[in-house]
Amino acid sequence: MLQSVAYGASPRNDNCAGNGHYAGEMTQPEARMPANSLIAYANVAKRFDGGRVVAVDNVSLEVAEGELLAIVGSSGSGKTTLLRLANRLIEADGGTIRVEGEDVRATDPIRLRRRIGYVFQSGGLFPHMTVADNIGITPRLLGWTAQDISARADELLDLVRLERVSHRDRLPHELSGGQRQRVGVARALAARPRIMLMDEPFGALDPLTRDALGDDYRELHKKLALTTIMITHDMAEAILLADRIAVMHSGKLLAQGTPAELAASGDPYVGDLLRTPRRQAERLNKALPRGGAA
Amino acid sequence: MSVLSDPRWGEALAHLPDYLGSHVRVSVTALALGLAASLPLAILSRNRPLLRGALLGFASIVQTVPGLALLALFYPLLLALAAITLSWFGFAFSAFGFLPAVLALALYSMLPVLRNTITGLNGVDAAILEAAQGVGMTPRQSLAMVELPLALPVMMAGIRTAAVWVIGTATLSTPIGQTSLGNYIFAGLQTQNWVFVLFGCIAAAVLALLVDQLLALIENGLRSRSRLRAALGGVGIVALVAATLVPTMARSSSSYIVGAKTFAEQYVLSALLAQRLRAAGLPATSREGLGSNVIFDALASNDIDVYVDYSGTLWANQFHRTDIKPRNELLGDLKAMLAKQNITLLGELGFENAYALVMPRKRAAELGIKSIDDLAARASTMSIAGDYEFFSRPEWAALRKTYGLSFRSQRTMQPDFMYAAVASGEVDVIAGYTSDGLIAKYDLVVLDDPRRAIPPYDAIVLLAPKRAGDEKLKAALQPLLGRIDISAMREANLRAAGNDASSSPDAVARWLWERIGGR
Repeated sequence: MLQSVAYGASPRNDNCAGNGHYAGEMTQPEARMPANSLIAYANVAKRFDGGRVVAVDNVSLEVAEGELLAIVGSSGSGKTTLLRLANRLIEADGGTIRVEGEDVRATDPIRLRRRIGYVFQSGGLFPHMTVADNIGITPRLLGWTAQDISARADELLDLVRLERVSHRDRLPHELSGGQRQRVGVARALAARPRIMLMDEPFGALDPLTRDALGDDYRELHKKLALTTIMITHDMAEAILLADRIAVMHSGKLLAQGTPAELAASGDPYVGDLLRTPRRQAERLNKALPRGGAA
Repeated sequence: MSVLSDPRWGEALAHLPDYLGSHVRVSVTALALGLAASLPLAILSRNRPLLRGALLGFASIVQTVPGLALLALFYPLLLALAAITLSWFGFAFSAFGFLPAVLALALYSMLPVLRNTITGLNGVDAAILEAAQGVGMTPRQSLAMVELPLALPVMMAGIRTAAVWVIGTATLSTPIGQTSLGNYIFAGLQTQNWVFVLFGCIAAAVLALLVDQLLALIENGLRSRSRLRAALGGVGIVALVAATLVPTMARSSSSYIVGAKTFAEQYVLSALLAQRLRAAGLPATSREGLGSNVIFDALASNDIDVYVDYSGTLWANQFHRTDIKPRNELLGDLKAMLAKQNITLLGELGFENAYALVMPRKRAAELGIKSIDDLAARASTMSIAGDYEFFSRPEWAALRKTYGLSFRSQRTMQPDFMYAAVASGEVDVIAGYTSDGLIAKYDLVVLDDPRRAIPPYDAIVLLAPKRAGDEKLKAALQPLLGRIDISAMREANLRAAGNDASSSPDAVARWLWERIGGR
């Protein structure tokens, strides 16, 4: 069953056009060279509470252009901290983080955040703004015209499969959880970022919605040639959606690679994590002898 | 139905444009100033626990100071400030009326605004703040686009509370010279004019409710994000302010201002003075209910033009003299001391309103008490009551020292009630006023002061420095000098203490003018 997962055989190829020659959303992902990392963590450390809590401990990790990397770990493993270091929602104590080749410490954090899409766990929509205003917020901060913002909001509603007319003027509290998360994705994409950071984007959704949204996002990621880091605590979700998986535990990066590479890692915790979806699948097969709903 | 047909309702109504206009003006200015100070402070301190604690602590302490005291405190403070600006920068400002009232009320309005703004801002979900940061907002953009809009309903609730407090407390700005709806209440209480008291309370309550409801409309509109309702409330507030301000603007300010302290005799005398001025063709308005600590300074700094004070009061309170001189000598000294401040002592009205120890005639006869000497022997088993000032005045210290007086207990009372209290035996002795009509009414007796511990209290007319050479003013008031004897004044005061249409200060002043043979 798990073998049927098509993607994830190897890291996605990189764009031979190289840094600084990014041609837009629809660049063909096929024409890429490896080893061109858009996000690179090198020996990064972060402590909280005056050094007593080590949230991220000497982590080095690279995300290639066009790649969808999932970071898996239990709560408190440091995965969310690692994500927030990338757009300087949190400042690192040690090591370097490069985004598109630039050391983030040398960039203006406000401008950095405006060119990186960020999807929050529970949507993080502004409750006093309509769906269209929420989607258009980063373009507005960037000084786009009202006309461009409005057109972009409609475009994005189409992209995340929300009907324009019935959604654009609604307030977040009038939407379902799945709809809110779709708006959250649309908002992150509004200013045409190359990079998306997603913090357990589908964690709070029911399984059906979650599945549909995961698939939809995977498609968007490919179509828009995005580079994505997605945080999840669910190994099955990571295996199904990501090109590569990084496993965090107690602030340390235990292993990284394709599911197959991970399976080869000797770390007992990683092995445990990988076995869980399979064990669940086997139990499911027993409980639903005729192959379940499939 | 006789209550409603009382002509004093009409009289009260005639004052409404002036009183209400001034009340709204002082309240709105104070509220605007309070908001202008509180909002930035709240925003500044929301992430600084130390500053926040200090601010909220300060605002809470201000709130515990009684409104009347807070207002009264601002007057001397501003007077001192005005003296400094005059000597340093060559200009002074009026520390009387509007300015101290606005400052004190603004201070008073700060707590609810500060607290609700901080609470509202701190109540914004941390996830939302992080989202604001994540989409690329600067701290300022986050404040303006996310935090303030989300905190607005809570902030508005605080503003509503502040508005109601300010409108209510503004009634207490009358004693520092700011005309307000409190003029009805203070005048009414002093002259036993319950129609005025009721009218003032109702007017202030209606105004507070109206403003509260309009602000509620705005708040509601903001909460439900309905621009229409918010706009409607805003228009309502603006219309209310405009409607009450227009008549005030149209009023001329060039008239003579006659001051009056906070008791009935002063209301009558100020009405009498104003009537004389108008009869001589001089425009005159009364500024009533001024605290006795405020009124002299107001005259000295030309904020009022004329009022009646008492020689002993000035001697002891204003010039801090503890020695006691014979009547004419004291008057002469006083005149010279006043002249140094360019204040004109125009002359005496002819009666004294001295503090005196008063008790029921029958009881005094039973106990064989005629003088304070007799009283002193029995005082340790007796109780005494006085007005709000008496026990902190030098006269009381002098009485105790001279006669060795020591009472079992002492109480402070509203002057109008203490006569009834002594007549009913609730207290044994009161510190009354010799010119009070209630002395005759309740058959009370004034105890002799053989050792002359209490100085003479001749009623004297004082003119502001800028009126020192105003011959028209002097001529208009001349017919009053030396003409009002103690029995005339007592009867006038008794009439003013009545509770019907003929007991309004204006009516009593007209009666008094006829009684002293005025033409």
